[in-house]
Amino acid sequence: MSAVAVDGVWKFYGDFPALRDVRLEVPPGSCLALIGRNGAGKTTLLRIVAGFSRPGRGQVRIFGNPPRETETRRQVGFIGHGISVYDELSALENLTLFGRLYGLANPRRSALEWLERTGLERVRNGLVREFSRGMRQRLAVARAFLHEPSVLLLDEPFTALDDRAVAVLQTLLRDALAKGKTIVMSTHQLREALELASHVALLNRGQVAFYGPRTPEMVADPGLVYARYSEG
Amino acid sequence: MGFFRQVFVIAVKDLRAEIRTKEAINASFAFALVILLLFSFAFDPSAETTREISGGLLWIVFAFAGALVLNRSFARELPNDCLDALIAAPISGAALFLGKALANFLLVSAVELVSLPVFGIFYNVRWTSQFWELMLVLALGTWALTVIGTIFSALTVNIRLREVMLPMLTYPILVPALLGAMQLTTDLVAGRPIGPDTAAWLKMLIGFDVVYTAVSLVLVETVLVG
Amino acid sequence: MREKILYVLGIVALAILAWNINAIARLPQEAQQGVTFKIIFFHVPVAITALTAAAVALLGSVLFLVTKNFKYDALAVAVTEVGLAFLAANLVTGSIWGREIWGVWWAWDARLTSALVCWLLYAGYLMLRRAIEEPTQRATFAAVFSIFAFIDVPIVIFSIKWWQNLQHPRPVFWAGGSFPPDWTRHFLWNMAAMLLLGIVMVAVRLRQEEAQREIDSLRRMAHVL
Repeated sequence: MSAVAVDGVWKFYGDFPALRDVRLEVPPGSCLALIGRNGAGKTTLLRIVAGFSRPGRGQVRIFGNPPRETETRRQVGFIGHGISVYDELSALENLTLFGRLYGLANPRRSALEWLERTGLERVRNGLVREFSRGMRQRLAVARAFLHEPSVLLLDEPFTALDDRAVAVLQTLLRDALAKGKTIVMSTHQLREALELASHVALLNRGQVAFYGPRTPEMVADPGLVYARYSEG
Repeated sequence: MGFFRQVFVIAVKDLRAEIRTKEAINASFAFALVILLLFSFAFDPSAETTREISGGLLWIVFAFAGALVLNRSFARELPNDCLDALIAAPISGAALFLGKALANFLLVSAVELVSLPVFGIFYNVRWTSQFWELMLVLALGTWALTVIGTIFSALTVNIRLREVMLPMLTYPILVPALLGAMQLTTDLVAGRPIGPDTAAWLKMLIGFDVVYTAVSLVLVETVLVG
Repeated sequence: MREKILYVLGIVALAILAWNINAIARLPQEAQQGVTFKIIFFHVPVAITALTAAAVALLGSVLFLVTKNFKYDALAVAVTEVGLAFLAANLVTGSIWGREIWGVWWAWDARLTSALVCWLLYAGYLMLRRAIEEPTQRATFAAVFSIFAFIDVPIVIFSIKWWQNLQHPRPVFWAGGSFPPDWTRHFLWNMAAMLLLGIVMVAVRLRQEEAQREIDSLRRMAHVL
């Protein structure tokens, strides 16, 4: 069974199709790099897979179940454009809150563990609004990984990260892949993404223009897929 | 994690955030005081006339000051895209709604419980003669305000002119509840207990609360996810 | 072809109204309230039409939420707008009538007050629509609000009537007075004419809504290209 199965998904804004008959099967344990120009529909697709909006037609299945089902939500970790943590709470309070919401056995302990793994244990009682940008990004990553999800959905995760945050994220992603987790990552940063990716999909104006395994050629020349498969 | 535990976690989160920043609650307290003050200039607050308008005056204060708290309810999830994280979490939309409604209820009630003594002082009115019945009416009316305000806060969170739309949508719906609460409050402040004619207002308030709580619980997923 | 049918129906409705108004004006005056009683021929049909509009709007809203088909959303908005127009006419004529009889522009009559609150409610529906750009979100949120609004309508009518009972008696437009049986015929003709007029207006509005949606989607497509 695929970790993520997108089956004939269309998304309409009014009568305008933002996604047109998208079909993707992401095998478990793989890492899909979702590339495409701005406006191609990457964010729309990711948000539908994560369950934030419903497709107009077609369906999404995560390990065979709809994304909005409670058990499925427990298996999914999402990083969007915002950091999704509360400015007025401390790092520890934020992670403990999400730990509780995800039903972890010992939310506080998991929170402390992940604060350490993202290098934030010293500022655990600091309010997020006092954090630097890099610290906020690392906390966002901690939040997504906290409940050990089997599927990670990341929307342009490397964009605007500082070096330390990039390093942390890459380490965590490699560890996750080593443990057999599945990653779907939309990106403009082809180099970082293609290093980790096992598969590549190109979205062009809401349609899948290319989907296949990552090849050594792509790693050598990241612009290759765009050149070969996008129209104009 | 059980449903009510989820509700509790959300409510505590909202309350903790609000108590730490005090943005909405301070504005709400201040607004309530200002309205009470302005009305005392508008009318000559001699004892007779005040008794007759007490219900109306108090609920105008509560509704307007309460709107400041209710507006923040889902709006506080917008910075940093926290709303996404809440929707993605394995909690039901109903638990999210109820948790926020509970937090809002407590915050608005706090403003009301401060406004009452201030009202008593400014207008020289003894309002405590039917104290527990007054508290009941306050609770029922505030829940009506809270339920409608919270669900519409979710509805208007991402749209244009949110601060204008929320009162515009909420107050017309609340007309019957506010009407009932005003009638009951005027009577209770004047020292008249709830009798056979006014008991019907109480039943209407309870009915209003029950119906709209149910409708909101059913429709909140649609509002949040579509 | 469809347009021609609509025009014909519209003219028929107006003709019936005109003829009926003439007939009503000639009817003998009612015993207790005189000529002012005849407002009942217009206010009650309009009120019934507006209530029907609210019910159809509810139906359209629920069907949209269930099927996601935009034609139900178009129905909901068209019916709400027409209902609002009728209700506004009612409020204005009621106010003028009140000025005629009692010398006040607004007498807090229970029915008119309820009509005013319902008008505000559904005007809020239109304002909500205007505040949302994206068509699917607009239709969904408007549908949710329409459900809340419709549930409120009976509660509003009931509680305002009650409030009026508690206060000292206010002037009421047509509390007393008997309704001679042969007047029923005129009443029913008026009712039919109002409904017909309403249906014509909704149909016109629906066509406009269809055209608007097409323009919107073409515009979006143009942006992408």
